[in-house]
This record gives sequence, structure tokens and C-alpha cells, in this order.
Amino acid sequence: MAACLWTTWHELGTREGLSPRVPRACQVFHNRRRAAASSAAPVTWAGVAREDNGIRVEALVRDFKSVRAVDGIDLQVEPGEIYGFLGPNGAGKSTTVLVLTTLLPPTSGRALVAGHDVVREGPQVRAAIGAALQEAALDPLLTGRDHLRLQALLQGIPRAERRQRVSELLERVGLAEAADRKVRGYSGGMKRRLDLALALVHRPRIVFLDEPTTGLDVQSRTALWAEVARLAREEGVTIFLTTQYLEEADALADRVGIIDHGRIVAEGTPAALKAEIGRPSVHAVPRAAGDSARIGAVLARFGDPVPGVRDDVAVRLRDGTAGLAEVVRALDAAGLAVDHLELQQPTLDDVFLAKTGRSLEGAGGGADGRP
Amino acid sequence: MSATLTAQVGAVAQRSLTRTLRQPASAIPPLVFPVALMAVNAAGLRASTALPGFPTHSFLAFALAVPFIQGALFSTMNAGTDLARDIQTGFLNRLALTSIRGSALLAGQLAGVVALGVAQAVFYVLVGVATGVDFAAGAGGVLVLLGFAALVSLGFGALGAFMALRTGSGESIQGLFPLLFVFLFISSMNAPRNLIGVDWFRMAATANPVSYLIECVRSLIVTGWDGQALALGFGIAAAIAVVSLVLAAWAMRGRLAR
Repeated sequence: MAACLWTTWHELGTREGLSPRVPRACQVFHNRRRAAASSAAPVTWAGVAREDNGIRVEALVRDFKSVRAVDGIDLQVEPGEIYGFLGPNGAGKSTTVLVLTTLLPPTSGRALVAGHDVVREGPQVRAAIGAALQEAALDPLLTGRDHLRLQALLQGIPRAERRQRVSELLERVGLAEAADRKVRGYSGGMKRRLDLALALVHRPRIVFLDEPTTGLDVQSRTALWAEVARLAREEGVTIFLTTQYLEEADALADRVGIIDHGRIVAEGTPAALKAEIGRPSVHAVPRAAGDSARIGAVLARFGDPVPGVRDDVAVRLRDGTAGLAEVVRALDAAGLAVDHLELQQPTLDDVFLAKTGRSLEGAGGGADGRP
Repeated sequence: MSATLTAQVGAVAQRSLTRTLRQPASAIPPLVFPVALMAVNAAGLRASTALPGFPTHSFLAFALAVPFIQGALFSTMNAGTDLARDIQTGFLNRLALTSIRGSALLAGQLAGVVALGVAQAVFYVLVGVATGVDFAAGAGGVLVLLGFAALVSLGFGALGAFMALRTGSGESIQGLFPLLFVFLFISSMNAPRNLIGVDWFRMAATANPVSYLIECVRSLIVTGWDGQALALGFGIAAAIAVVSLVLAAWAMRGRLAR
């Protein structure tokens, strides 16, 4: 029995593949240049260039019993890029993040993160990444400083640097004054900022942020966006950001992947994706409710009807913005009064609508079978 | 690397203790309830000391063994529910994303439980001293008693950790509690086994390992150095600890399938 305990215990202790003679700190306390010069030999796939700070995903599948949460996705994130992973609730975003952060093994397919295979080289992947997962996983009874100290120790930051690193991060995320308060008294925004600081303790080369601004007020959201952008622009950190907010993907992401029912339905820069839709739409709110049909008939001469919001009538213009003046003249000629007339450029929601036939807002309840 | 492993275990254990100290509402009941139950039993069953063959004239001394084991059962609950909460809130995932080793995570969690178990045992010893109980095995016996409390806390703590890691649910741990209490009540907690008159109860108490844990503690308080009681108690406590640790380590490996 004792031998069995020892074997299990020993396996548990060494399964991460660490040599007991190699200090863990060597792997986790580094910056990008040191990592690039690291002697670790990342796995490479035939025909895929090695990218130390990038992410490569090939035919990734993850099933939960009979539910396929991630359905054969391929994606590539370049070093230093902010990649926005956009989709409704249950689309498979969080499952993808759990696989890429090694917390969940894939059912099939492969993924390289920071040049390392997520299945075979978990410890190397974890040393290179930081993650703030969907729920800010904090202990309400610990203070912000307690959390950072624990994280710094477990990430192998040397004792001499630990205190300075903790103070530096508290300052950076604006929690220096609240550092010694228990987390249960923090607001949602403060928890999210602490979550981000915890992800950054060991100076990761790639950061995964799973819906980091969900539930935050505008001010907290904007502050978090600024910090994320700074990380990428000034420190060259690669950011993999999942979100269900269109404006977040639009404002932050260099490139966006749109996922629905476990599949990527569109990918590109926000500008390029919107350019695919191409034409703007015009939205008119009738002054008299009974005029909707007549206004719709007039507008239909200039483009294809699209779903409006509430009482408005909308069409996607065939001739772009050039057609707007004609629309106004036609409505005037028909004696139809409108309360509001607005030209709208294509949004990522239009892209989602075009690719899936549904609007992103309210499109939840997809394939992600995770509890 | 061993220093790093030690530091990891220490950090997780410290967190476990800090959590407990910062929520007195969960730390005090494991101290107070067993003592309260002992006081009630001692008042109601005092007359049983007059039975021929009863090992002591002080029922309080006889009953003092029970809080040590009952406190350890609370350790099961605390270890399990804390770990289950960490799983439910994602805190375990946060730890799993660091360089911590699974063994360090489990050892740290259990080190915190053992430290609390020993602190509880010290409290019960002080209660005994304050109420006039004379520890038959002397100061050395008290030290052995504290070591035994640590071993029992480790065993039950690992059992709680195993349950938490398998189910990931605090409610499941709560569901285990009544079952453990049944083991406590169908034991020799209120009477020596040879004086239990009801056959089935005596047989159940004899088959129940909890009886031997209680009798081990009781021997140090009432009898003095009883080699057989100590061997049985330590042997069973060690067996529970080994089996629970193997199960918990296996469950941790499954939970950290990373």
C-alpha cells in the first residue's frame, strides 16, 4: 500500500515533466527575448513556421458526451497580435480557451501555443501564458496582495523580486490602495483588474482573456481595454480575447474570428470583415406608425430590406452612401415624413448576420455543452 | 527543486489556514460542538461509571476521547468543502495554470487541515485539563495524542479532498457528513464495548474502525500506556490515511488532466 501511495504521489509530482534538478523559475521568469533564446525546443508541424509568441490551431475538436462544443476549428494568431474571438453564449469560445490553456484536453486536432503542443508540452505552455478565465476565480477571504503573493510564489518568482513585482502590478491595475482589503469587498471591475494582474505576474508572452469585461460598467470596461491595448502595443504580448461584445472586438482586436456553434464562420480584420458586407444601410423611423409599409416600399427601390430595430424600416443600399440623397428626395416626393433617418456603416453584427442568418445579440444557446 | 516544492506546499497550507482564521464562523463550531456534545453526554451518562468493569470513575475523562475524533470528522468537511469551492469557483484552475505540482497542491491543502486538526486537539486537551481530567499517560501521552490527532486529521482530510476532487461539489461533501456521524454513533463512544448489552450494537461497534480510534485516545487519557489500543488505533488511522491519500492523489491527477 505504501509503495502504491509513493508511486501515485511521485507520478503526481513529476508528471508535469519537470526535471527535479531544474528550478522551475528558469521556465517561468522570463521576457520575450529570453524566451526566444530559450533552449527549450518547441514542437513544429510540417509546413508551419515556428512562432514563439503565436498560436496555431488545426482541426481542433472538443466533445462533451454527445455535444460537440468545438467543431474542427483552424486559427492562427500572430505574435503581438490582439485576436478577438467573437461569438454568442455557448458558441465554443470558452471551451477553446480551456483547451489552449491546457486545462482541457482536446478530443482531436492539435494546437501549438508559444511553439509548444498543448497536449504533450503542457508545462511549457503554462509557463508562457497568462489567463484570466471567464469567472474571476478569486478567494473572497484573501486580499488582493495575498492573491498576488501566492501567484508570484507559485509561478516561481524569486523571493527577492516578489514584493516589488506585486507592488508594481497593484499600482499598474489601480489597486494599490485596496491591496490589503479582502476581495469580497471588491467591485466587479476591481476583481477583473486583479484577475488581469494575476495573469501578468510571471510576465507571460501570451495572455488569454475570456470575456474580461462581461458585467463591467463603461468606465471599468474602458480602463481594461486601455490596459489590454497597452500590453500588446508596448510589451508585444499576444492577446487572445474572447468576447460577446461587438464594440469590444471592434475597438481592440487586430483580427477577429467569429465562432458560432463551434465553428469559425468568419475571420479577418474588423475592417476587412465589414468590407465584405460592403454597403451601408439606411434606417428610417416613420413619423406616423401607419406609414411603415409605404416607407418600406420607397426604400426598397434603393436596396435590399434588412431587419430594423423596433419601429424603423431599413434597407442595405445598393449604391453605398451615394444613394442617401436619392432616398431623401424619394421620401419627400412621396409625402412621407420621418422622425429619424440614419445611415449606418456595416458592423460586426452585420457580418455575423450575413454569415449565420442571425443577429449576434440574442443568439445564445449554442453548442457549447459545458456547464 | 525540493525547496520550491516545500515553498509551494507552505504557500497553499498558509492560504488554507488564513481562510479558516478569517472566517471564525466556520472555525469555531468544530471546536465548540464536540465539547458541547461531550458535556451533554457526561451529564446524562454519569451513572454508567457505576457499572462493574467501567474503566474510570470520571465519565468526562471517558468521554473526552470523542471530541478528538468528532473534530477530525469536521476536518473532513472543511477540507472537502474548501476544495470543492475552489473547483466550483475556478480557483483550482487558477492554481493549475501555475507551475504548482499536483502533489504540492494536495499536500498544501492537507497540511492546512492537519494544522487545524492539531490546534483543535490542543483545545480539547486544555478543556480536559480545565475540567479536572487527569491524563493517565502523562505529558508524553498528550504528545502522542496530538500526533494521533494529526494522523486522523490527515486521513479524514484526505477522504474529504478525495470526495471534493471526484464530485467537485460542496453539497456532496455535506451529504457525506451524516454517514460519518453514523460511524461515530455506532461505536464505543458512550460505553466500553464489553459493557454494551445489545448484541447487534456490540458487534457493529466491534466492526467499526472508529471504535478503535476512540479507544486509542481513551487509553491515553484513562488507562495509560496500552500497547494494544495504541497499535490498533495508529494502525487503523494509518490505513485510513494511506487509502485516502492514494484515492485523493488519484482524483487530483484526474482533476488536473492538463
